[in-house]
Amino acid sequence: MAEPRRRQILDALIDGERPVNDLVRVLGLAQPQVSKHLRVLREVGVVEVRDDGRQRLYRLNGHALKPIHDWVTRYERTWSERFDRLDAVLEELKDEEM
Amino acid sequence: MASTTSGKGTAVVSLPADDQILITREFNAPKHLVYRAWTTPELVTQFWSGQRGTMRSVEIDLRVGGRWRYVMTTGHGEIAFHGEFLEIVPNERIVNTEVFETPDAPVSDAGAPVTTTTFTERDGRTTLTLLMRCGTKELRDTIIQSGMEIGMQEQMNLLEELAISLMS
Repeated sequence: MAEPRRRQILDALIDGERPVNDLVRVLGLAQPQVSKHLRVLREVGVVEVRDDGRQRLYRLNGHALKPIHDWVTRYERTWSERFDRLDAVLEELKDEEM
Repeated sequence: MASTTSGKGTAVVSLPADDQILITREFNAPKHLVYRAWTTPELVTQFWSGQRGTMRSVEIDLRVGGRWRYVMTTGHGEIAFHGEFLEIVPNERIVNTEVFETPDAPVSDAGAPVTTTTFTERDGRTTLTLLMRCGTKELRDTIIQSGMEIGMQEQMNLLEELAISLMS
């Protein structure tokens, strides 16, 4: 239910860190709701926060990106290996047709 | 064994929607040959397992309503997939269901992912696309995660959303 909002927050943070007020404006939500989403994102480690004077700045956690990158890359590798062998099969079929 | 072709393609996996996986790959061969390799059991046996094992069985009843079933032997045991052909346009398109057989799999195939495979030829080269519609995000994630350690689900979901955002 909350996921589209969380995605919006992640989208908004791609360009760099932002204070919560910025996110409130971008999302058009009340601050308590934005803070709640940010808390979830922090708990799972995709968003980090730091204090800068009077405001808190939120940013993406680059390290958290690696698992998802590995996740898709590994799936892609399985298919790449399959397709590489299909290349070999196709070479044989082309030879037969000549 | 034939040598590696020149101009070898690269498999690209993307996640166009919450419940979908899109795989594309170009081959240095005309589409009727790619289609033949894709749909002939003896040929599927030669490539489907990639580097993960060997094919123990490949059955393909290539007609609408016909069934297919692949069994692969890997270092971790056997894994099997089966499904039904929903649409067949020779050398052009195949639509089929795809069920990953697990000990706790549902008895019914209802709600199984539907894969649309298309073969598009240009200048003697063929682009193969596989669009898997999984029905739900959860099933889609399970399919991609198969074969690797599954992390904390919530975290994966969020990370995946982030990855999609970055890819777009």
